[in-house]
Amino acid sequence: MPEPSTGFARQSAASGATGLLLKLRHIGKTFPNDVVALRDFNLDLQAGEFLTLLGPSGCGKSTVLRLIAGLSKPSSGALAWGGNEDVQERPTIGFVFQDPTLTPWSNVFDNVWLPLRLRNVGRRQAAPRIDEVLELVGLSAFAKARPRELSGGMRMRVSIARALVVRPSLLLMDEPFAALDEITRFKLNDDLVRLKQELAMTVVFVTHSIFESVYLSTRIAVFGERPGRVAATISIDSSLRRDGDFRTSVAYAERCREVSQALTGAIEGAPAP
Amino acid sequence: MSDRFSKVGAAIARLLPLLIFLASLGAWEAIVRLEHIPAYILPAPSLIAKTLVADWRVLSASLLVTLKTTFEALFAAALGGFALAILFAQWKWVERSFFPFAVTLQVTPVVAIAPLLLVYMQPHSAVLVCAFLVAFFPILSNTTLGLASADHNLIDLFDLYGASRWRQLLLLRLPSALPYFLAGLRIGGGLALIGAIVAEIAAGSAGQGSGLAFRIVESAYRLNIPRMFAALFLISVTGICIFVFFTALSRLLLREWHESERTRDS
Repeated sequence: MPEPSTGFARQSAASGATGLLLKLRHIGKTFPNDVVALRDFNLDLQAGEFLTLLGPSGCGKSTVLRLIAGLSKPSSGALAWGGNEDVQERPTIGFVFQDPTLTPWSNVFDNVWLPLRLRNVGRRQAAPRIDEVLELVGLSAFAKARPRELSGGMRMRVSIARALVVRPSLLLMDEPFAALDEITRFKLNDDLVRLKQELAMTVVFVTHSIFESVYLSTRIAVFGERPGRVAATISIDSSLRRDGDFRTSVAYAERCREVSQALTGAIEGAPAP
Repeated sequence: MSDRFSKVGAAIARLLPLLIFLASLGAWEAIVRLEHIPAYILPAPSLIAKTLVADWRVLSASLLVTLKTTFEALFAAALGGFALAILFAQWKWVERSFFPFAVTLQVTPVVAIAPLLLVYMQPHSAVLVCAFLVAFFPILSNTTLGLASADHNLIDLFDLYGASRWRQLLLLRLPSALPYFLAGLRIGGGLALIGAIVAEIAAGSAGQGSGLAFRIVESAYRLNIPRMFAALFLISVTGICIFVFFTALSRLLLREWHESERTRDS
């Protein structure tokens, strides 16, 4: 377990290097009720990128996320970490669900402690890291609060802090802001961009919002209807500054249009360019 | 002016249940006196109160017996229901194998089982088992439901960080089940009393029981109707106390976090 004060910095040095982080090849996933979620699914994940999986509801985006997290096993095909088929070990993963899914009986501090607690890190030992991530999401003043005393946006921040406390090199987010109002969502989008840069993580983000995907991502994988496949990938120049100006810029609007057309094409089954 | 009226109104509204209760007692007393209804048909509340004081030595001893039976049975039911629910939650095959037994015991009326139990057991044990049987099922089924109601995303989170099943039980399923367990206790507490009373009545003729229900049967034979009412009164008070106790316990343990104990603004 790295020292509290240096953990993130050390990690950013480690994962700052680019390269193939994960290779999904010929993945198939059939659920017990015979629904085929994925068939011959292929995707590469580069270290350090912000990849968004964009597509209609039920297209298999969340299934891909769960496969990456190891919460679900592929029916066929394999995941290769670092591009190596023999490497089965996952990097440290943080997972943020669509709902904050906090435990209502414990306060914010103990909720954030949970992943470390499950790894047998005591409360006192974990305290510096918990304080650190609460600071990162701007909730230092609410450590003693219970989830029900917080707004929806604050609860989602706690959920993000809980994912960050393990110092993930890979952060997986499953439509985390879908239930929030637009003002809160914009604010959390900005926070996420900042956190991604500060902590040098790789992020895989699931959404069905074109605008959100363009604002956040360095690359967007557009999904067609089930069974899920990547119909198109669109890169968004990572040098573009993601801020209020970007949101109202012509470049942003053009990107949104491009992604929108790709999505329409994917849903209508037109072959990807 | 209107403010003062509304304050008086609020005070009356708060006292209303008590006022209505006292009014009914008054009406009862008045009817008995005005119609000259004999005590062996319907005793007045004042006579019941007098009997309660005069016969306190006999009645309190019986109350103690019934209380002891009820709480021993409830304790065993809480412990057993809780433990079995945990086994059910940890191993599905245990649930599949044993749940039919639990359901069968639940749907068979305890009045029908009591005479049979009296054949095999001492009256005291039979009464205890009857009270246990009726209190056991709601605690078991509520706790089982509670343990299964843990948030599925949180279960995923526990899996993601490699938590063992027992860790998951301790940190996630048990706290999730607490409100359900407490609701089960509240139902089971009332039922344990009912089970004890029913079994005491069934055992009454065996002569060894001396609980409140036995007093009722005995008083009926002797046409001592005021004492019957006094015993009935004590049973009701016991039931109310059990309910109030578990409601308060539930509020105390859950008010910090569970929706059921939230006070709403409106």
